[in-house]
Amino acid sequence: MTAPVLFDIPGPKARARIRIGTGFGTLLILALLALVLVRLAGNQQLEPQRWAVLFDPRTGVPQTLGETLVRTLTVAAVGMVLATLVGLLLAVGRLSDHGPVRWLAATYIEFFRAVPLLVVIFALFFVLPKYGVEPSAFVALTGGLVLYNSAVLAEIFRAGILSIDKGQREAAFGIGMRKTQVMTLVLLPQATRRMLPVLVAQLVVLLKDSSLGFIIGYFELLRGARSLVEFFGPRFGNDYTFQIYVAAGLIYIVVNVLLSTLARYVERRTRRTPRAAGRKPELDAAEQMGGGGLT
Amino acid sequence: MQFLIDNFNLLWDAFLTTLSISALAGLVALVLGTLLAAARVSPIPPLRGLATFYVETFRNTPLTVVFFFLIFGLPQIDFVLGFFPGAVLSLGLYTAAFVCEAVRSGINAISTGQAEASRAIGLTFGQSLREVVLPQAFRTVVPPLGNVFIAMVKNSSIAAGFAVSELSSLLPRLVNANAAQLSAVLVGVVVAYMLITLPLAFLVHHVERRVAILR
Repeated sequence: MTAPVLFDIPGPKARARIRIGTGFGTLLILALLALVLVRLAGNQQLEPQRWAVLFDPRTGVPQTLGETLVRTLTVAAVGMVLATLVGLLLAVGRLSDHGPVRWLAATYIEFFRAVPLLVVIFALFFVLPKYGVEPSAFVALTGGLVLYNSAVLAEIFRAGILSIDKGQREAAFGIGMRKTQVMTLVLLPQATRRMLPVLVAQLVVLLKDSSLGFIIGYFELLRGARSLVEFFGPRFGNDYTFQIYVAAGLIYIVVNVLLSTLARYVERRTRRTPRAAGRKPELDAAEQMGGGGLT
Repeated sequence: MQFLIDNFNLLWDAFLTTLSISALAGLVALVLGTLLAAARVSPIPPLRGLATFYVETFRNTPLTVVFFFLIFGLPQIDFVLGFFPGAVLSLGLYTAAFVCEAVRSGINAISTGQAEASRAIGLTFGQSLREVVLPQAFRTVVPPLGNVFIAMVKNSSIAAGFAVSELSSLLPRLVNANAAQLSAVLVGVVVAYMLITLPLAFLVHHVERRVAILR
């Protein structure tokens, strides 16, 4: 059902009402914006030299933001590659002919989908050192991201493999392939292609989750912004705090929007090929939140 | 085990904190999400635009960044929220975007005849949404909505990074305990989360069976 079905094509009276509503709504939004701007201006937050600090290399601000952005992207990139590989293995494991392998993979997947990601990261960061293994913040963060996301990706791959027409499998066995060949040469390539949009969407979620590094003190974008504020604190008080926070937040949003746009582009491309057509796979809302559901 | 019993009060308080953050944020998310969904299908263009902008912004912002803005950013424009209300509001505002999308998918799933019929008997947009469309939409989206709330409970762990002493924050707080003790705390925390999410999943399943419409 598309939106216009819910209301009649507006007649003259309704059009007038909608115009009034439009005017009122626009005024409300403008009033809110004005309130924020007045508050900011009242605190001298809008003065140009306060924002100039973001682009002045002598202050070290652009360098720090750039370096920490790279560190955020590094965690996300390493996490993406490892999680995809582990997820593939888990998906194949869960569809294995051998009971124990199937059972192990299923337990792993269900467990890590049910536990909050932050608890997994905390377990690696705070509990492991008690047993003599001391992971750095980078290892703990990447490890947590891989453990959680590989479980989610495994379910995506599995759904993809199960959605392939069973004739493909039968035909592959029919021409004498072994089960490993059937999986790697016939089923997985088709499944990956079909699930590509969902895969990319989950990788965007992974990038979003890399901001959790802030909490365990990995020097990523938010932590970088916080340390800049603490560094400026003694000399300038809170003069640049707001500007640096806004910059860090905006960088995060821009990077995420770029990746989401890439995801939509990939989805459009996959939809064009008739072989990948069929039911349009979509990432569950709960997975998009970065929390993951249970069912 | 003894360590868990000794620290039972700490664990219990943390459990209650997680539960209250989740319950309050869930309420914010449900109300705001439904309003946003209604705005996204409404006849007034600026309302549609605003709701779409809201949803797209929050869906593309990591939850940690939302927390960061509400707790460290808002005081810069003289709104000091405090840690607990800040956590509730961050989680609620973030989750509302996903609730909106879930409800909207439910609205889209209802056959056009329902909306056409309610228009034909002269219901206004608000009436047809309230009396006809939304009650059916909520029934169809019970499972995805339930999953959103389960994910929200797990996401409430992020409040640990912002000085709220909820379940996950027990691990860094009790970090001076020995290996066996800290492991027991870890198990306790995981079990406590499941004490919230598993009954919630069961409830969702039950409600789904009770209210499902056979078409």
